Amino acid sequence: MITAILIGVVAGLLSGLLGVGGGALFVPALVLVLGLSQIEAQATSLLAIVPVALVGAWRQHRYGNMRLREGVLIGVVAAPSAALGVVVVNALPEHLVQIAFACLLMWIAWSLARGALRELRGGRAPTESLSP
Amino acid sequence: MPRRRLLELTAIGLAAGLFSGLFGVGGGVVIVPLLVLWLAFGDREATGTSLVAIVIIALVAAIAQAGYGNVRVGDALLVGLPATGGVIGGTWLQQRIPAAGVRLLFALFLAVTAVLLVVRAL
Repeated sequence: MITAILIGVVAGLLSGLLGVGGGALFVPALVLVLGLSQIEAQATSLLAIVPVALVGAWRQHRYGNMRLREGVLIGVVAAPSAALGVVVVNALPEHLVQIAFACLLMWIAWSLARGALRELRGGRAPTESLSP
Repeated sequence: MPRRRLLELTAIGLAAGLFSGLFGVGGGVVIVPLLVLWLAFGDREATGTSLVAIVIIALVAAIAQAGYGNVRVGDALLVGLPATGGVIGGTWLQQRIPAAGVRLLFALFLAVTAVLLVVRAL
């Protein structure tokens, strides 16, 4: 239980600090630390993202960084598509999903590193390129 | 809303939803860059807008996963609720420390994590 809470706090901190999405951190932590299966971890991550995104949205709304209409439209269009993704992922062999997820992490690592290197070379800081 | 904009938002939603369902992430990885690229949103505006979409997407995908019996509700709450505090702290910290070095270290950490996942899968 303490481990799960620690994962949440650390993942949240990194997510806020680096602008990386919560899910990219929740999923590997749930697999590697708590020992969930890849699909269980992805499913659990989705539920864990909800309060994080809610709080994030509320804060961004206060800062005036939000276009509510566009956000809701994207979300509503995405809903059936997300359900389809869940059906597909449950039909796939789990090790394949895990390898695909690892590729996604690699890609996120690459874009983070690229942004950081650009910033270190004196370019403009790429603020929050990713979100949960 | 102009037709073209509507089509672009629809395409973003369809792609983000599929991505979220497949990988268990919110879909911000897809939404934010596309809002910036196609609709000329600012970085922060894109992030804020994506968060609204993510609340809906993650909730729907989680419900669909629950239908398969894959969601561990207790773990999700134990991780998700403290994470909200973490995010607030992280955002506060972001304004106060130079994040480029941290980002580079973290990129390395993510790459190692990816390798661990692949080793586990094989």
